[in-house]
Amino acid sequence: MTSANPVQPDKTVLLDMYSKMSLIKHNDETARKLLMSGRLPMIYYSPRGQEVIPSAVSVNLRRDDYICTIYRGTHDMLAKGVPLDALWAELAGRATGTCKGKGGPMHITHPESGCMITTGIVGSSMPIANGLALASQIKGDGRVTVAYFGDAASNIGAFHEALNMASVWKLPVVFVCQNNRYGEHTKFEKATAVAKVSDRAASYSMPGIHVDGNDPLAMHAAAREAIERARAGEGPTLIEAVTFRFFGHVFGDADGYMDKDEKAAAMAADPVPRYRQWLMDQGHASEAELAAIDTGHESAIKAAVEKALAAPWPDPSELYKDVFTHELAPA
Amino acid sequence: MSKQITTLQAINEALHHAMESDPTVLLFGEDVADPEEGGVNGASKGLSTRFGDLRVRSTPISEQAIIGAAIGAAMAGMRPIAEIMLMNFMTVAMDMITNHAAKLRFMSGGQTAVPLTIRCTTGAGFGTAGQHADYLEAWFAHTPGLKVVTGATPAEVSGLLNACIFDDDPCIFIENLPAYWQKGEAPADPGARIPLGQARTVRDGGDVTVITYGPQVAVASAAAEQLAGEGIGVEVIDLRTIVPWDRDTVLNAVARTNRAVVTHEAVRAFGVGAEIASVIHEELFGQLRAPVQRVGAPSSAVPYSNPLEKAFMPDADKVIAAIRKTLN
Repeated sequence: MTSANPVQPDKTVLLDMYSKMSLIKHNDETARKLLMSGRLPMIYYSPRGQEVIPSAVSVNLRRDDYICTIYRGTHDMLAKGVPLDALWAELAGRATGTCKGKGGPMHITHPESGCMITTGIVGSSMPIANGLALASQIKGDGRVTVAYFGDAASNIGAFHEALNMASVWKLPVVFVCQNNRYGEHTKFEKATAVAKVSDRAASYSMPGIHVDGNDPLAMHAAAREAIERARAGEGPTLIEAVTFRFFGHVFGDADGYMDKDEKAAAMAADPVPRYRQWLMDQGHASEAELAAIDTGHESAIKAAVEKALAAPWPDPSELYKDVFTHELAPA
Repeated sequence: MSKQITTLQAINEALHHAMESDPTVLLFGEDVADPEEGGVNGASKGLSTRFGDLRVRSTPISEQAIIGAAIGAAMAGMRPIAEIMLMNFMTVAMDMITNHAAKLRFMSGGQTAVPLTIRCTTGAGFGTAGQHADYLEAWFAHTPGLKVVTGATPAEVSGLLNACIFDDDPCIFIENLPAYWQKGEAPADPGARIPLGQARTVRDGGDVTVITYGPQVAVASAAAEQLAGEGIGVEVIDLRTIVPWDRDTVLNAVARTNRAVVTHEAVRAFGVGAEIASVIHEELFGQLRAPVQRVGAPSSAVPYSNPLEKAFMPDADKVIAAIRKTLN
């Protein structure tokens, strides 16, 4: 860890961050295994490699703070506290899922843990995050909203409209760009006119923080600063957290468009084992403590998967429910 | 004679009443606050002065951000009214409206609701041409999860707007621009709500039923009046709510007259009239004395030049011609 972070979080927070990272990593490994084996076919966007960002953000959030995330978002959801059982049941399309099987992997909603929307549309987390933040501003409930999105989303109009409005209205929102170097199959540099997404904050008169999103301490410091600023009523912040996705755009893509050396280097610098080792080197945790965290997650994930795959499918009558407040007559 | 007010006054009074009666009601849109003159047509005049800048806000010209903010606020328990100045500007926010506002209740399995009202105005007749005057209700009616509502008189506009604001589903509320300055009877109570999904029988008639909404209610009524002179009884039904539409009232009426015409200002092809005509055919085929006729605008953009614009808009003569087709 090379962070210049002035205040190091205490051991509880350091281990909480690790626990979230471990949960995300093991959850992703399970998802990919289930896909490879054909046991659970689904559309899946692996967040492997991006574990640090939402883990470091979420330890700075309250349970009732809101997040808005995107289709590559299981890391954001798990870090915020979306429970494994309901998440896996939704991935499996079952009636017991977060959304009764009506949303699926790209559309997890779980208001109890503050996960208000997962959108499948690039850029759409941000305008909606503004609205949640606007409600908090009006109600004075002190909540902060975090909008997660990728680097490519900073090229869509919604980003610019949302950042401008958030700044004009000083909304309690934090925009967290997870720059994983590729927008779908296209390299960041090829599609983006600025070297740093965080530079775009200047256009909207808000602080722009450029941070190594794979450095837990630096990421924690950046998130804390932005969240405190939002909570204090001082307005929004744009954080660009630089990271890398290990498994391409959508599960099953062949990575042919990726720079092989860049990918190999990023995977060699895997942030999860790196942080694990650092915790031990610094004396924050023993191997046994960390192993207990890991195995705890592994068994919870395994149990959630088995429970999900045994759960009932939604009834076809669900097609007519939740479209409106009133139930529709079957057509 | 009861008090006469314009449609704009009816809207303004309904908004005042809604904001007064419920602190979660918010209003935002381009120019809606008083320093910006309460909207380009003054529909929201007085609201920001009375209810403050937190609840009534002029926005940047950013339709995606306007609707996005309204969606998020609605999910967090508010009842936002988002004004999109003209219906054509909804195109800029279609992702927010159709992918998000419309679908979030279903896609979240009922966990999140979006009690949002999007007010917009539109309509030909003012020479504003093809990007300021379209009736696009069919697009929204074709998207599950949106209620689509439009009134034909000041009192109706007021009652339906109130119903939309306090409905728990997202509503597209369409206001007719030329009607803004037309007067009609004031509602007895500016807070009165007209239940969504209930049509109004504007006039009775035994020979043919004309189903319509919005500015075409007046056009259909004029056609009915003219034909009454010939002894032809034309029933006129104002749908008021396009989604969900009042099938019972329409089907019961056509089951009596056995003839039907559907008319709207929107382009006829693939329009709301096609859906209604189809349902009538499906349900009452054996009873119909003639195929259901549809009246609507031709498949062109709304034109600028006055004679072209007049030719574009369905008028009483076109409605009468369609009625005569069902009688032959």
